[in-house]
Amino acid sequence: MTKKFVLGIYDDEDVLLQAIENVRAAGTKIYEVFSPYPIHGIDDVLGVKRSRLPIVAFFCGLFGMSFALWMQIWMLGFDWPMIIGGKPHIALPAFIPVTFELTVLCSAFGMVITFFIVTKLKPSFKVNVFDKRSTDDKYVMAIEVKEGVTDISALNNLLRSNGAIEVNEKEVIK
Amino acid sequence: MTEERLIISRKTNNKFFLMIAIGVVLLIAGIIIAAMSGGHQAEGHGEAAAAGHEAAHWTKRLYMNLWLNNVYFTGIALVGVFFVAVQYVAYAGWSVLIKRIPEAMGYYLPIGGAVMLITFLLGGHDIFHWTHDYLYNQFLEDGVTPNPQYDPIIAGKAPYLNFWFFLIRMVAYFVLWILFFNWLRRNSINEDLHGGTDYYHKSIRISAMFLVVFGVTSSTSAWDWVLSIDTHWFSTMFGWYVFASWWVSGLAVITLAVIILKQNGYLKMVNANHLHDLGKFVFAFSIFWTYIWFSQFMLIWYANIPEESIYFIERLGGNGGHFKWIFFVNLLINFAFPFLVLMTRDAKRQMIMLKIVTIAILIGHWLDFYLMMMPGTLRTDAGIGFIEIGTTLIFLGVFLITFTKGLAKASLVPVNHPFVEESVHHHV
Repeated sequence: MTKKFVLGIYDDEDVLLQAIENVRAAGTKIYEVFSPYPIHGIDDVLGVKRSRLPIVAFFCGLFGMSFALWMQIWMLGFDWPMIIGGKPHIALPAFIPVTFELTVLCSAFGMVITFFIVTKLKPSFKVNVFDKRSTDDKYVMAIEVKEGVTDISALNNLLRSNGAIEVNEKEVIK
Repeated sequence: MTEERLIISRKTNNKFFLMIAIGVVLLIAGIIIAAMSGGHQAEGHGEAAAAGHEAAHWTKRLYMNLWLNNVYFTGIALVGVFFVAVQYVAYAGWSVLIKRIPEAMGYYLPIGGAVMLITFLLGGHDIFHWTHDYLYNQFLEDGVTPNPQYDPIIAGKAPYLNFWFFLIRMVAYFVLWILFFNWLRRNSINEDLHGGTDYYHKSIRISAMFLVVFGVTSSTSAWDWVLSIDTHWFSTMFGWYVFASWWVSGLAVITLAVIILKQNGYLKMVNANHLHDLGKFVFAFSIFWTYIWFSQFMLIWYANIPEESIYFIERLGGNGGHFKWIFFVNLLINFAFPFLVLMTRDAKRQMIMLKIVTIAILIGHWLDFYLMMMPGTLRTDAGIGFIEIGTTLIFLGVFLITFTKGLAKASLVPVNHPFVEESVHHHV
């Protein structure tokens, strides 16, 4: 199945940000914007929701902390109690470094793995590069053309009137 | 960029004076109560009075409070200068709009120096055990009889811990700190008047020099003023520990001052993004303080060598468990509370959350210094009563007066700072 996109090419960051605002105000849904580098404030104008990754990090960290404490208390307190340095079997201060490390490890790995899953990023992941110049010196705004729409002149006009230096069409196999 | 002048109204100033007045009243009331119950206490502690020459007296408690509060507030003032220096050396742009606040904190330093000098000269024997001459004489006056009070450990530290060297160091610290503070401040104000980037580049060089001075003096002053109270004890982490405590308290004061100024209609260009960065600072350095605290505690706890672990015994089960609650409150209020409350992004961007946390941290680190100083001096006679609250209020009032006076001397916005535009558009 193929999908048709209209691509507006921009060569100025500020023009792009203004264009995004105007295009969205005109009621057009923007599929994605590609830029060679992260642009400050683009999340706000695009209306991108805040990532929920920190919540994942918190719960993965909580899991890591509980796991580390349970592991050490069970191993050294119940499964194979040993007296080390004259300390009690369950000597909490001695468990803190391991607990800290496992908390950090679990929350970091949990975040990375979740990120891969959510973004479907895997070795076979195929990236649709709409316009290769978006990796060099141009910004590309992609708008999905609704099925059945053949006349894109309205979109063309909208993009051009908002400073696009070029407007292209592209069909992408989904 | 337009100037913004802080105007301290008579009403506000009167509030500060009222604070000092309440402090004085509480202090006097506390002293009267302590002096009246003094004889009674000596009865109850007959054993201690017989064993020691240092029966706890209200003067001792007063000197300890002066010392505690002065070390605390001097540290905060010093951290203000340190913060500015760090921002310069890091070529930081975000902090330019709030830079005048840490800068003005340094105005307390001369007062801190004077109070410290006077307190040491008057109450040195009450604060520092090592100042007693009899500890150093191996023999009594006849030259043959061994001196029962001779302390070979303290005598071994005499080349560093002696009255004159201590005094010279104290004066040197303050002279250096005030010198660098004035130097940075003068450049900053001249920049406002004349503009150009020369002042900026010069400030970076001054800051770099100050950081070297601060790196050494923050550690040595911590040994002198806090560690040497427990003269027998030693800890290689201690310089860091005191620095961490000062630093996070200073950051809390900066954040709190920014919020209060903003709520009173000043600092119009400061927004949630700047608060977010300050919040991150407070959050991160609360964890840093805990890290240092734990690094010191765990090694001593694990090795369990008597000469080291005595420090924590005095603060936990020792002294009749007198300080146990502060020991745990210290960890709760300075680690668990800021850690959990400031964890989310939204909390760091909200004034009310930051306000609650910074006030808690300021109380927490006052308790932290209390815990560093009181068990080694007042022992079970330590308490938190009228004397403590009164002295703290007096110091707080004086600090606020000097701080706001300093703030009002210059524009709140460093108008000609080369990075001021970057700070205005700061975005996280």
